Amino acid sequence: MSKRFAVVSAVIGLGLAANISFAEDPIKVGVLHSLSGTMAISETTLKDTMLMLVEQQNAKGGLLGRQLEAVVVDPASDWPLFAEKARELIEVNKVDAVFGAWTSVSRKSVLPVFEELNSLLFYPVQYEGEESSKNVFYTGAAPNQQAIPAVDYLKDDIGVERWVLAGTDYVYPRTTNKILEAYLKDNGVAAEDIMINYTPFGHADWQSIVSEIKKFGSDGKKTAVVSTINGDANVPFYKELGNQGVSAEDIPVVAFSVGEEELSGIDTAPLVGHMAAWNYFMSVESAENDEFIGNWHKFLGDEDRVTNDPMEAHYIGFNMWVQAVEKAGTTDPDAVQEAIIGVSVPNLTGGLSSMLPNHHITKPVLIGEIQDDGQFDVVSETSGLVAGDAWSDFLPDSKDIIADWRKPLSCGNYNVKTGKCSGQNL
Amino acid sequence: MPSITAGTFGFPQRISFWPIDFSIFVYPLNSIPNARCYGWRCICQSLLQQATVLLTLLLAFSVLSGQTYASDAENHNELIIELAPLLSDKKSRSEALDRLIASSAPRTLSWLNALLAGELYVRKSDSLPVVGVRSGKRYALTEAASGTEAGDASKSELKKVKINNAIRGQLRSAIAALALRDPDPKVRLVAVERMLQTLDKSEVTAIQELFPEETDTDVKALMLLATQLSDLDSGDAQLTIETINAIGVNTRDQVTQRLKKLADSESTEVAVAAALQLEVIEKRKTLFSRIETVFFGLSLGSVLAMAAIGLAITFGVMGVINMAHGEMIMLGAYTTWAIQVLLPGLTEYSILLALPAAFIVAFTAGVIIEYLVIRHLYGRPLETLLATFGISLVLQQTVRTFISPQNVPVSNPSWLTGLWQLDPALSLAVNRVVIFVFCLLIFITLMWLLKYTFFGLKLRAVSQNREMARALGARSNSIDAITFGLGAGIAGVAGVALSQLSNVGPNMGQAYIVDSFMVVVFGGVGNLWGTLLAGLSLGVINKLIEPWAGAVLAKIFVLVFIILFIQKYPRGLFPQRGRAAGD
Repeated sequence: MSKRFAVVSAVIGLGLAANISFAEDPIKVGVLHSLSGTMAISETTLKDTMLMLVEQQNAKGGLLGRQLEAVVVDPASDWPLFAEKARELIEVNKVDAVFGAWTSVSRKSVLPVFEELNSLLFYPVQYEGEESSKNVFYTGAAPNQQAIPAVDYLKDDIGVERWVLAGTDYVYPRTTNKILEAYLKDNGVAAEDIMINYTPFGHADWQSIVSEIKKFGSDGKKTAVVSTINGDANVPFYKELGNQGVSAEDIPVVAFSVGEEELSGIDTAPLVGHMAAWNYFMSVESAENDEFIGNWHKFLGDEDRVTNDPMEAHYIGFNMWVQAVEKAGTTDPDAVQEAIIGVSVPNLTGGLSSMLPNHHITKPVLIGEIQDDGQFDVVSETSGLVAGDAWSDFLPDSKDIIADWRKPLSCGNYNVKTGKCSGQNL
Repeated sequence: MPSITAGTFGFPQRISFWPIDFSIFVYPLNSIPNARCYGWRCICQSLLQQATVLLTLLLAFSVLSGQTYASDAENHNELIIELAPLLSDKKSRSEALDRLIASSAPRTLSWLNALLAGELYVRKSDSLPVVGVRSGKRYALTEAASGTEAGDASKSELKKVKINNAIRGQLRSAIAALALRDPDPKVRLVAVERMLQTLDKSEVTAIQELFPEETDTDVKALMLLATQLSDLDSGDAQLTIETINAIGVNTRDQVTQRLKKLADSESTEVAVAAALQLEVIEKRKTLFSRIETVFFGLSLGSVLAMAAIGLAITFGVMGVINMAHGEMIMLGAYTTWAIQVLLPGLTEYSILLALPAAFIVAFTAGVIIEYLVIRHLYGRPLETLLATFGISLVLQQTVRTFISPQNVPVSNPSWLTGLWQLDPALSLAVNRVVIFVFCLLIFITLMWLLKYTFFGLKLRAVSQNREMARALGARSNSIDAITFGLGAGIAGVAGVALSQLSNVGPNMGQAYIVDSFMVVVFGGVGNLWGTLLAGLSLGVINKLIEPWAGAVLAKIFVLVFIILFIQKYPRGLFPQRGRAAGD
């Protein structure tokens, strides 16, 4: 029995191998998103996005005359596993580029792998900045492409004078809040008008904190909450705001981690009027966006599925990679790295985004108010594109540092004062 | 939060004294008065303009004054048709809204409310502004201007008139101004409350005008306060001091804000009076904030206790380390969601239906788990731990695969939302109070079941001495299954309550499992009283620490406290004594 099986499978295997050898090998694209565990809630959608983009590219005739093939792995929301799976993708599956990671800690975990094996990672989520690696392309927003414009909007358009910076206790909120605090103080906000609050992951009991925010806001000065609260902790937070009678008109909350996908899983009634800052909203009206949403619905066969900002980041990142590969004529990482700087592709808000020498991209910044259907109504939009800044200008440690991966500088951490290239991403 | 819905004002109201709506004639489109004109041309221009306006007015009057209400609505309809698209456009929104409010047409209030509630749409086919109320997949429509029914439509046939916060603020003020004469005292109360926040001259005048006619004592008191607040702003030292004393100890933010300002005022007399009063108010506020903290603690404690009670039975009474306990809570929460999805019209009662349903679902799941897995592992705690941990992962991934990796929305019935206002500075959230009471009810029921029923007797017998109980005729197998099911069922019921406070998603069980074990161990394994007291006291301790240490440290402190406590009292708050403790 087992012998026969072996013979049959060997025959089939031979047949397959022969089949493949007629055509050229496909170009492999790695997809490194958690499909199980806590982050599956956000990352599963991005896996589907990548599959859709690859399918579309293949329908257009592939890349360099070859078909594309997506290799999907599941790092299961486990940070060390991200590094293992990244290594597996590059060494075993021989992928030419990887699209993946969501949390900063997962990115930090895979970073050494990509640098060691010299492969490419496209990271699609807004993050805290203070990083620029030769092997990573940051297609999500840097703090100056999300947090700073949001604060500007609150300050100038809504007249906010007191600030609550509330976040989950990990690297992204801590760094972002540090930048925001420095920025607010530069703009003449007194220290007693800033309240900073951190909560554990998945914090569920917001009674005391909301009550504190309410007291903080009862001073007669317009108060707003800038929220870097992550994931599951958001719903109980907004529910508690509603419970304690705090409406968006009294104390608006502007969030950096709440998008259409997160809203689709909750009762939006207590959130109406609160805000979020992103570089893309599903409600944006543009031809590219209509087409993208149409394709997305067709791909999943579900008209109710929403699109969100990190999906747009993958859309931009994938198209940039495709263009760079075509420009370089090869998928070799070094050649693509060189070719991709300066590449411009359409984003979904009706403009062009380009890859900058610091491996960040240009994006518009939009502020949207949550509507009761879980969509955002754009209330403010930056007049032009904002260039992603890897090293914040508002932190004393990083204001003299720039990143530029063009030759001859080729450095992700260059101090313009001392003229030295140093630090983590040598 | 009490919100004004369209239904509250769903009747035509005549606010203006004019029988027709003038605003459309007074400001014809594109005739914004020209500010930059000089000399005779300017005079001519303005005269011409005025003449046109007068002529139009006269014409309008002669044509329309004799006509009926229907044509009135028609004009109003035209105004809305003209302005609705402007409302959707960010730039012209505010101005368009001002014109709508100023039009003071009979049904202004009703559709202002519709606009605020996000129910104002424009029908794409004929650009008719309609109020759409969702029923199932379609929207039932009424014409915005006339209030007559206009059939129904699907979402794609309608374009929503979107609003933002600035507009919402403007709308609420406008609605407050119109609602001041509403026959319902509750609506008037909300209106005055809203006005207190801004309190400009016109609002004070409007309130003072209506003050003598007001019959409702609550509204009247609030109106008096509005007058007093405006007196505090008057700048007259004598009047200010009198008012400070007249207001007395009032913990409203508006009073505190004004007193703070007055405490810095130039007149020493005023400053002293304000500062004295402020001190008394602050004292009371501190007291209230302490009461609030204790309430928050009890509320968190009730959540902890409720999540843990089921575990107190499976782990405490049976000695099974059930790592899938959190997933039983999840099953209960998903049952609530399923019931809301299956019976969309019954949101108000869905929770009540979900309670028995969740118990049955989780009970069944518990019995099956016991029968298939745990039964074979009694007396092997490590294997039980691993097996139940595996079950918890299987259940999580099952939900992720077959329902969605996303959280699912569970809506709150309106009787579970809102605040129970004891004082301007002290209010308790209704759902928290209900959940606290509910936790006590579950506890009492369970106590009764264990102490005063035959099943309870057998359960206690089996848990204390299995062999002896069997020798006396208790069927330990079925009792084990039912006990485990009971623990799971109660976790399911807890899930229904927790779905009102937090996320419902595949990961939700994980959030409760550690806390539940903590509570059971702290309370003393095998003691229900211990579980309740441990839950409540851990909640209060957590909330007492939180204000000065922050949420992250508070959690750590509580864990450290428990570790130290267990070192000293290894069997928890209420240790089992006698033979029961011997195993």
